[in-house]
Amino acid sequence: MKLNGESVAKGVLSLVAFSALASLLLIAVFIFKEGFPFMLKVGVNDFLFSSTWNPQAGQYGIYPMIVASLYVTFGAMLIGAPLGIAGAIFMNEFLPRSVMRIIKPTIELLAGIPSVVFGFLGVMVLAPFIRAHLGGPGLSVLAASIILGVMVLPTVISISTDAIGAVPNSYREGALALGATRWQSVYMVTIKAARSGIIASVILAMGRALGETMAVIMVAGNTVKIPHAVTDPVRTLTANIALEMSNATGMAREALFATGVVLFVVIMILNAIAMSAIKGAGGRK
Amino acid sequence: MRNLSMGVCGVVLLAAIVCGVGCGKPRENITMAGSTAFQPFAEKLADQYMTTHPDVTITIQGGGSALGIQAALSGAAQVGMADLVTLPPEAASLKNMVVARDGIAVVLNPANAVAALTLEQVRNIFCGKIKNWKEVGGADHAIAVISREAGSGTRTSFEQIVGGITLTSDALIQDSNGTIRETVANDAYAIGYLSHGLVNEKIKPVTVDGFACTEQTIVGNQYKLVRPVFLVYKASVSPACSAFLEYLLSAEAQEIVHQKGLIRAK
Repeated sequence: MKLNGESVAKGVLSLVAFSALASLLLIAVFIFKEGFPFMLKVGVNDFLFSSTWNPQAGQYGIYPMIVASLYVTFGAMLIGAPLGIAGAIFMNEFLPRSVMRIIKPTIELLAGIPSVVFGFLGVMVLAPFIRAHLGGPGLSVLAASIILGVMVLPTVISISTDAIGAVPNSYREGALALGATRWQSVYMVTIKAARSGIIASVILAMGRALGETMAVIMVAGNTVKIPHAVTDPVRTLTANIALEMSNATGMAREALFATGVVLFVVIMILNAIAMSAIKGAGGRK
Repeated sequence: MRNLSMGVCGVVLLAAIVCGVGCGKPRENITMAGSTAFQPFAEKLADQYMTTHPDVTITIQGGGSALGIQAALSGAAQVGMADLVTLPPEAASLKNMVVARDGIAVVLNPANAVAALTLEQVRNIFCGKIKNWKEVGGADHAIAVISREAGSGTRTSFEQIVGGITLTSDALIQDSNGTIRETVANDAYAIGYLSHGLVNEKIKPVTVDGFACTEQTIVGNQYKLVRPVFLVYKASVSPACSAFLEYLLSAEAQEIVHQKGLIRAK
């Protein structure tokens, strides 16, 4: 009787586990089925590398959006990664445990703030500030990068903190015993030992920044044009899909699925790079 | 024993639910889908109609004008809502009626000194040929053009009425009337356009060819940026549905349309 129950539970659980996998597979298959034939029809080269997006006139070039997605993601990492890693180091190495027990959950709470709230802040505070002090329309690469950089902070901080916290104390004691200052032990020993975890945190954050839609639509300006300055407005791949989905029919709709295919591939490539980076970092430890 | 009585209870409950839905008077379901600009008005009208006709259930969905026509064609909705100047060719097989008219106001930030534009100037600004406010009598500052996403009913109508617009690639794109309003309200040098019913004190509508976007100028055919709100439906709609469509053109329904900021169909 007992054995029977156990095997039933096992069966149910594996079914659940596989259904998660299956839905992922179905999503991938569906996006490719809807989007890939379109890419072949328009020409992969034209679709990926021409710069005019005008679905009504049959022009489907997403090159400016690919560039925009990469710029905005890179900008977000430029802001989020150093701040996040520095925050994690400070919390682990320089703050008393008791204070950290309060601060860490508070930072993790940040992750629960809906992206539309960040977007709203961006529109109401950040964009007017950029417009007044740096020129341009305010809604820009810079605004999107800053908002995304702040949005990914909890991801970077909490995973980096865990990685740094997992470095055995004997490493630090060893460094200090050899005459290293506190900063030298952090810089030369702790960070190196926690490297793979820190890289993982940045990669995860990058995935989040690349996939974020709502906040980006609100603050990036959504202009389909290759930006020449950080104050220029841009449209990212995700924003393109969300903006035009509701009105798109026929070819225009297929074009959005094809945009999804590109996004999918870009994320896959990023993840692959991440995996190998983590492996490399782990190997050299 | 306990299990048995619970089972009986369950069966009785189930029967009651089924009966509640099935045995009563047959309810008529009407679904309307399409234009997000007309959606809030349609909801108001549907609520009003359902209080006097309790046997009819009306569901209003958004999705955009293009989707409204698609839904009416496929039968996903009995009635499609489309706020376009002219219906696209695929709607030729559907019957249509105009339920209201809506002006499109060209709006600026209240801090902008410009108060009047010609249709020609509006066209050139949105095409990117006029790039600076001083060319139309304003301050020496670049114009921030704000438009809607491709496929939007408001944008399609706007570009069709103004004519000859190839939107400048510098234009910022916002995805609703509301965000257009916020963006223009926040940027002293922005220009945008939105449904006349949604203009408020945070933005300033300009006159086009000398006429302000008001009810009188729209009714008098003087203000040019006006689009009809179409309802499209199959010739074979249910009697309950055609009764509702008739109601929409009644004096009572048109009064609601009018009070909420749209222009009567006739």
